[in-house]
Amino acid sequence: MSKTVTYSSVAKKIIMSLAGLFLTSFLVVHLLINLLILFDKSLELFNQAAHFMATNPLIQTFQYVLFFGFILHIILGVVLQIQNWVARPVRYERKGSSEQSYFSKFMIHTGAIIFIFLIIHFANFFVKAKFGHIDSITYDSGTYENLGQLVVMLFSDGGYVIFYVIAILLLGFHLEHGFQSAFQSLGLNHSRYTPFIKGLGTVFSILVTLGFIAIPLVIYFSF
Amino acid sequence: MDLTLKIWRQATASEKGKFVEYQVHNISADASFLEMLDVLNEELVRKGEDPVAFDHDCREGICGACSLYINGRPHGPDKGITTCQMHMRRFKDGETIVIEPWRAKPFPVIKDLMVDRTAFDEIIQAGGYVSINTGGVPDANAIPIPKRDADTAMDAAACIGCGACVAACKNASAMLFVAAKVSQLAVLPQGKIEARERVQNMVAKMDELGFGNCTNTYACEAECPKEISVSHIARMNREYLSAKLLSQKK
Repeated sequence: MSKTVTYSSVAKKIIMSLAGLFLTSFLVVHLLINLLILFDKSLELFNQAAHFMATNPLIQTFQYVLFFGFILHIILGVVLQIQNWVARPVRYERKGSSEQSYFSKFMIHTGAIIFIFLIIHFANFFVKAKFGHIDSITYDSGTYENLGQLVVMLFSDGGYVIFYVIAILLLGFHLEHGFQSAFQSLGLNHSRYTPFIKGLGTVFSILVTLGFIAIPLVIYFSF
Repeated sequence: MDLTLKIWRQATASEKGKFVEYQVHNISADASFLEMLDVLNEELVRKGEDPVAFDHDCREGICGACSLYINGRPHGPDKGITTCQMHMRRFKDGETIVIEPWRAKPFPVIKDLMVDRTAFDEIIQAGGYVSINTGGVPDANAIPIPKRDADTAMDAAACIGCGACVAACKNASAMLFVAAKVSQLAVLPQGKIEARERVQNMVAKMDELGFGNCTNTYACEAECPKEISVSHIARMNREYLSAKLLSQKK
């Protein structure tokens, strides 16, 4: 007997939801740090936070867990989608639209664009910060790499701001379905709590979207 | 009512099918959808043509035999009913109605609008039963079952296995069907004993047959003629997770 590990559809969905929720928690941290730019035009707070994230050994180790989460979520998402396409070889002439979670229809599409965004985003910030040269800046609290300056510079390009805003909007759509869907996949459905989770998911995705969109817009128009 | 019908015609499972347009005239608004198709078929027989094959049995909405994907919706535009219970007053005079068979890899077309739903039987054979000795019919209240659990099991047992959930799902997933069958037994004492093996075996069979994965779109719940809740899918996910984590290796 071969010992290849195969995961059932339900198991894949459970892993998918756990990875998704983990990535969501990362988004919150990322957003909170980014928002520091808006509260401190000297960029000291943001650079200080970025410095902490880049040097803290626990966070640096956790970074690999995060990469793993991304890869798992993306690969599983693609595998599930291919299986779903294969499951209906002949399409309907008149396609139905009975879905009750509207954005569930577009998870692979929003996901694909977020993936492209992720690569560009990675090249723009992560690779530059890790391997490129970034000027230092000295405040009273110490000397840090001026990552904030890089953000401000990128967001002074209108085209980039538009691309960023669109990608974040799609991320919001992705979250709107994904958040509540993750709980369903984990079997957490309850007559009292499920409506709350659905509402929370919607509010959460709107807040995250607005938060991320506000940053490039404020920088573009007022920095 | 006069109607234009665009119907999927396919002579055998292996032959290529195509849509054929038919005109039907003087259809009563009080006729059921299947009666309207009977009128068309009588007309076709009279002309010496091959009548349109479609599944039907009780025509009372309780057997699960009838199907049909009508204008983009399984069992047509009404909520919570089967095709046989839908009436022609739901359509406008002169309307064009597109009628397709269920589309899913595990549901191959047999002829025209009939599909082979043996896949559902195979899923039931994989675990949708109780094999322990439950003895004779017990006295009422001899086995205490909370009303809430009895209601949950009864709601799940309302599933007639028509396959509308698969037909409606953009992924052709059978999760609502399997979840209903898992749920109706998992909440009752006689079914609980084999619950862990059951959920794993039925999910494995469902995957093996080539049904898609659930992406929680909830189209199944919207189109289910028995309005089975997707909360049963969550229960199955829960059952599956605990079975995988807690089952002893044989």
